[in-house]
Amino acid sequence: MVGTCEAIASGGTISSSDFYKAASAFIHRWKLINSDFPSWSWVPYQKLRWISSDDKVDGYLSLEKICLLRPQENEQEKGGCLEETDIDGAGNNNEYLDEATLVPPPSDQEVHYYDFHILHCASYSVPVLYFRAYCCDGQQLMFEEIEKDLPSQSVDTLLNSKWTFITQEEHPYLNRPWFKLHPCGTSEWMKLLFLSDASWFNNEIAIERYVASWLSVVGQVVGLRIPMELLKEVSGSQL
Amino acid sequence: MDALKYIWEGAIPLQIHLHESEVTTVPPPPPAMVLAPRIGYLPLLASQIKPYFGSTLPPGVDTIWFEYQGLPLKWNIPTGVLFDLLCAEPERPWNLTVHFRGYPRQLLIPCEGEDSIKWSFINSLKEADYIVNGNTKNVMSMSEPDLLELWRSVSNVDLEAYLRISSKLKLGGTGLEHVLKSISAASLPAKSSGEMDIAGQLITGRIPVRLYVRNLGDDFDNLEDAPPVNNWDDVSYINRPVEIQEEGKCFTLHDAVRSLLPELFTEKATTKDESTNVIGEEQSDSTEQLDCTKTEGGSTSSEEYLQSYHPSIKLVRIQGIEPKGQIPFSWVVNNLMNPEYFLHICVFV
Repeated sequence: MVGTCEAIASGGTISSSDFYKAASAFIHRWKLINSDFPSWSWVPYQKLRWISSDDKVDGYLSLEKICLLRPQENEQEKGGCLEETDIDGAGNNNEYLDEATLVPPPSDQEVHYYDFHILHCASYSVPVLYFRAYCCDGQQLMFEEIEKDLPSQSVDTLLNSKWTFITQEEHPYLNRPWFKLHPCGTSEWMKLLFLSDASWFNNEIAIERYVASWLSVVGQVVGLRIPMELLKEVSGSQL
Repeated sequence: MDALKYIWEGAIPLQIHLHESEVTTVPPPPPAMVLAPRIGYLPLLASQIKPYFGSTLPPGVDTIWFEYQGLPLKWNIPTGVLFDLLCAEPERPWNLTVHFRGYPRQLLIPCEGEDSIKWSFINSLKEADYIVNGNTKNVMSMSEPDLLELWRSVSNVDLEAYLRISSKLKLGGTGLEHVLKSISAASLPAKSSGEMDIAGQLITGRIPVRLYVRNLGDDFDNLEDAPPVNNWDDVSYINRPVEIQEEGKCFTLHDAVRSLLPELFTEKATTKDESTNVIGEEQSDSTEQLDCTKTEGGSTSSEEYLQSYHPSIKLVRIQGIEPKGQIPFSWVVNNLMNPEYFLHICVFV
């Protein structure tokens, strides 16, 4: 316990078993706060598939078939949220969405769906975001097309760090090319995030909040926003 | 013995056939015979292969890619590891099919020429740095010219240049510090006993390891009858560091494999499996000298002497050799690592 707390607070890292705990806590809170939206789920995955096991610690967080709306006037919108688009393109209304800021996507623009997976990276001892995008007919998007969907800050970073920011890698569990957000700097800024609030030194809170805090930073890179309520109990944190 | 030199000089004889869909001449061109460096990457062979087949290719432009028995080959895995993993019984020459059209984008990550391979290598190097030291500062603080020269030493298979540049890396953790000492010793004229001492130095800390587990099943008696890998889902890829904690105790290759595959070791192994200890004659002398029982001066218990892989493990292969389970893991790390500081281990179960 003490070791875990020290690892998170001092290094910004998390073990794979604690990641499972953090993911479970995250899913639980997400469902409480976003009952109208698609929920993250945990997908258990056995590395050695020919050996049966009830162990669920190995696996990943998954959120799929998400259409990210991007209001053009207000990129810095607060309390932005996810929305699943109906087949006919009509958006679902919800209590978190300020309708005044909703801008329908241009009618000539193809709707893009995204799958997001969060995996634990054993080398860096931090979560890693994998994602892919496709059209409504299932055709997967090339990187140039995804680039257009990214927030402008991410596009700027890509210009300078093409090879070490977002690249295509094999999904560790699915053995297919997915886009990966490179994790090598994660532990540094997670450490800074924790140090900004003394309450993080409480072990259980640190583990339970880890994924939400991590996603509050990482999600911005790909335009995946999370409700502020998920972070409310970290009132002292400067994001 | 200069194990490092042998690793770098290791090569796989390839017989490369152009895929029939890309043959526009009659008769089809004969296969290209190429010696591919073990530590290299298949797309780097394009400069030799493309001119050879150029006159027979149909119009168009696309990325070079390879397949073996219908399986597209992942270009980011070193050639020697692909060979060790996919040829349960080594095939010489290794028959590969090359394509210059129809890159399978749904199955293989893109390869935009040498730059993709170079950055895949550099990102692996950063990852290894983080595993050993807890940060990537040693690689990140390297100058651009030095990084480029390091990559060129690998793509050109230039061990001397690699040793010169990698010493600037200062991967100074308790683990790889010994690796660097070993590398330095290997490049200098030195007493063989001195070199052996350094090569066998014990290592603690986290070691970068990439494990490839292939499930052969039990329906055959000889390795050459093993069914081919039909798709990459048949191989379990585990990218997880090995942690060595106890300084006093001798940590073996068996211990390392067990730490990465605990599911296979739920039952205590009591039977010594002879097939897991088959080893080439040229290697047997140095390997036996590094046996843990001898390293510890015969103080080991009889139980430890019988230590072997779990019966379900048919084979463990690293850099084309099949080391005994009781060999010190430190020796394996110091002598069999790839240039990006990862130890690639193939396990057949």
